Amino acid sequence: MTEKEKIREIVLPGEIIGNTKTEKSGHGTFIRDQNIISKFLGIPKKNKDYISVIPLSGVYTPKRHDKIIGIVISVEKSGWIVNTNSPWKGFLSLSEGVRDFIDIRKVSLKRFFDVGDIIYTEIVDVRNGDIQLSMKSPSSRKLEDGVLVKITPSKVPRVIGKEGSMINSIKEKTKTIIRVGQNGVIWLTGQDIEKAIDAIKMIDEKSHIFGLTDKINIFLSDLNDENR
Amino acid sequence: MMKTDEKLIINGKRLDGRKPMDIREIEMKVGVIPNANGSAYVRFGKTTAFAAVYGPRELIPKHLQEPDKAILRCYYNMAPFSVSDRKRPGPDRRAVEISKVTKLAIEPALFLEEFPETTIDVYIDIIQADGSTRVTGINAASLALADAGIPMRDLIVALSGGKIDDTLIIDLCGKEDNYSEADIPIAFLPNTKEITLLQMDGRITPQEVKDTIRNILKAGEQVYKKQKEALKNRYK
Amino acid sequence: MKEYILNLLEKNKRIDNRKLDEFRKIEIQKDFIQRAEGSARVKFGSTDVIVGVKLEISEPFPDTPDSGILRTDAEFTPIASEDFFPGPPNENAIELARIVDRGIRESETIDLEKLCLEKGEKVWGVCIDIRIINHDGNLIDASALAALIALTTTKIPKIKDDEIIREEYSGKLPLKHKPITISIGKIGGKFIIDPCLQEENLLDSILTVSVREDGKICAMQKRKNSLKVEEINKIIDLAVNKSKELRKLI
Repeated sequence: MTEKEKIREIVLPGEIIGNTKTEKSGHGTFIRDQNIISKFLGIPKKNKDYISVIPLSGVYTPKRHDKIIGIVISVEKSGWIVNTNSPWKGFLSLSEGVRDFIDIRKVSLKRFFDVGDIIYTEIVDVRNGDIQLSMKSPSSRKLEDGVLVKITPSKVPRVIGKEGSMINSIKEKTKTIIRVGQNGVIWLTGQDIEKAIDAIKMIDEKSHIFGLTDKINIFLSDLNDENR
Repeated sequence: MMKTDEKLIINGKRLDGRKPMDIREIEMKVGVIPNANGSAYVRFGKTTAFAAVYGPRELIPKHLQEPDKAILRCYYNMAPFSVSDRKRPGPDRRAVEISKVTKLAIEPALFLEEFPETTIDVYIDIIQADGSTRVTGINAASLALADAGIPMRDLIVALSGGKIDDTLIIDLCGKEDNYSEADIPIAFLPNTKEITLLQMDGRITPQEVKDTIRNILKAGEQVYKKQKEALKNRYK
Repeated sequence: MKEYILNLLEKNKRIDNRKLDEFRKIEIQKDFIQRAEGSARVKFGSTDVIVGVKLEISEPFPDTPDSGILRTDAEFTPIASEDFFPGPPNENAIELARIVDRGIRESETIDLEKLCLEKGEKVWGVCIDIRIINHDGNLIDASALAALIALTTTKIPKIKDDEIIREEYSGKLPLKHKPITISIGKIGGKFIIDPCLQEENLLDSILTVSVREDGKICAMQKRKNSLKVEEINKIIDLAVNKSKELRKLI
């Protein structure tokens, strides 16, 4: 990494990045006097007519149908309260959490999910501060053991890569199993967890430079040489 | 306002050698507090501030929550060693007022409606004071908010103006502040030129107030430029 | 996460790739605050602490009428952690200030007898203020080191007509000794130095030891659960040994 890293264009809050005469205002922007203006310190992106800004930092904002990794923080009478790594707690109701019929007078909900349990879950509804979770989708499940790392939520797509290319390459070369929550929480287990974490952290920190994919591939192949 | 026989401007130069419309040396760094969602370090001459943003995060107790937007909380505090005679730790009445005007200076720049029921906490810590601490703190807060990824209409630029020895000046240092005929801290949104902080104490003419506001809007461009550089340097 | 950290320690590894007895990268900046009579900023990894020393004309204690006064305060400013909030110092901040104070006071770091201005009436008060900028564990060792370095930079202001002339100095603060404070944590049967916050939260126990340059121990504080005698003996030896590394940085 001796040669100077080329950086993508960075825009600032309040910066004019387009005009409504020729473009449409996308995510991370707002309109004032026909100008399209960035709301964030971030990287501008143009997709057809839409101009948007991907923030370089910030908390996770829950969206419907997002798959996230949450941690159970309390067990209630009718469900579970879950930390969603966002400013809002999530609620997993009994009916969304467990398939079978449960008689709550006889069975403790702790049997299914207890405080501290890590779950891969889907957001099924968001209304103001109310976030409803569900375990009904096939990929949802409790994640046993493993390690959690947190990254900037807006950088999740970079970690996953085009059609999963980045994450698959990390999994393969470090012999790990990885689940990436849209909320920026990543769960890992397997052989070379430490190296996989290093690669993920590198993507988080360097998401704004060009040629990131190559850089990560070099990092991962160095690792294979070391192991030989 | 104290009086001094000492001249504060000699041959058109201020005590530290500046001309009336010169700003002190400015240093700005973004992302200096890893624990915070966003943070900044800002120094104007000796006056040095840290700002950290935590949030948007859950607001407890619940009754403080707003159903349709985040609340913004600002705390301005000074280190005991930041001033000549040691200051007792913790906020005094002055700090509480500055916290309030700081919040009002920042709020118009934020899209608080995107985070209902939460709080955005902005903490400003003055570790060295040599005049113009509240505007230094606001500049640091502006950078910390952008660094935290809080959606913003604009950055917030702040600068002080005043009058000494019958001359209008900007960016008062401590001694000038103590003996000035007027002290006017101002914050504004650089793109729309909306003024979000305006305080004044002293005795000057309406025309001098108007001139000072104009001077600050003009000189504030330099501060705005420094803020933009600091934010871009975060990712170099 | 807990198991991951413990598993690594089992292999004598740590989450930030350090050895068990290795400090994080230590950065020191002297004279950081020109308005203070002495100051230092010390970083242990991302733990970041600023200490300022102010001198004030004070009244001596009746039992030591010709000795200067030392006081140490710490503020856990809310900028430093999502778990710190505005308000008066909590028990952790007070414990931190008292441990740092004890190391300096009991080692006789400052030659307080040279700080008398007028016997029974006026002496110099040395005020050490510790300010946490970012909390990533081991605040005590970082603060104690910052306090000691700040004291080594401290100058005594001039006095004219009973008033302090700030930023004009008559000499350096007289120091007799230099204590180094080291905290050693016990975790899963291993002993580690300079725990980061994630490790600190998992410690079974921790003992803080202040060691003077002549090898004398001048303060100790056990801060969590319990330790066996042989563990304490081991920690003391390790602390004395490791203090030499930090001493080189002063």
